[in-house]
Amino acid sequence: MAALINVPERAKRGEVVEIKTLISHVMETGYRRTQLGVAIPRDIVRRFVCTYNGTEVFRAELHPAIAANPFIAFSTVAVESGTLTFQWTGDHGFSVTESARITVE
Amino acid sequence: LAAGIGALIAVGPADATPAAMQDAIRKVVGSARVNPGRVKLDLPPLSENGNAVPLTVSVESAMSPADHVKAIHVFNEKNPQPDVASFYLGPRAGRATVSTRIRLADTQTVVAIAELSDGSFWSARAAVVVTLAACLEDA
Repeated sequence: MAALINVPERAKRGEVVEIKTLISHVMETGYRRTQLGVAIPRDIVRRFVCTYNGTEVFRAELHPAIAANPFIAFSTVAVESGTLTFQWTGDHGFSVTESARITVE
Repeated sequence: LAAGIGALIAVGPADATPAAMQDAIRKVVGSARVNPGRVKLDLPPLSENGNAVPLTVSVESAMSPADHVKAIHVFNEKNPQPDVASFYLGPRAGRATVSTRIRLADTQTVVAIAELSDGSFWSARAAVVVTLAACLEDA
C-alpha cells in the first residue's frame, strides 16, 4: 500500500504550489467477471482528502472510471509552514494516510 | 423520463448512455443552466489504451474568496456508469486545475462541468477515440 506524494519542500508565501499524488490500488470496477463467469466485487478508492494544517483544501470523490493506481494532481496556496495530510479511503475498509512537510518563507 | 433512467442506473450495470449522462449531470446541477465555456478539458483525441487516459481540467477563475470554483465534475457517456469523479476545491487552491487518469470503455465524449461560487455552471466536452477499451477484459 504505497503512496507517492510530490510536494515542494519550500515555497514563497502566497505561491501556488502543485501537488501530485499516486496511491497503489487495483480500482476493481465491479463490472468484470472471472473466466468462470463469477462477478468480481467492486473494490475502489472512493474518496481522497487533502488537509493543510488541519484545514481541508481539496477533496475528490472517485468512481470506477478512475484508472488503477489513482493519480491526482491539484494545487494549493502556500499560506504557512506546516503539514499537508493526504487520506485515501475506499471499499472494504481501505484507508491510507500520508503527510508531507512544507516550509513557507 | 429522467427519474426512470435514474432508476435504471441504480438497478445494475446497464451501460451509461448519453441520456444517462445527462441524467447524472442533472443530479449534480439541479435545474441550473449549464453554460459552455470557461472550462478547458484536456484529453488525448486518440487513446490506444482506455485503461489509463490522462485528463486535465482547468477553469478560468480568479480563485478569490468572492469568486472561485467550488467543484469540478467529470462525466462520460459510454462507460458502465456515467460518473467519473468530482473534485471539490476553493479559494485556497489558488488555481482551478486538476489532473487524473481515467478509464474509457469506448470511443466517446467526456464532459467536465465546473460549479462556481456564484452558483453558475460552466462546461467543456472532448471526444476521445479509444482503440483498446477498458473494462472488457476477464480477470
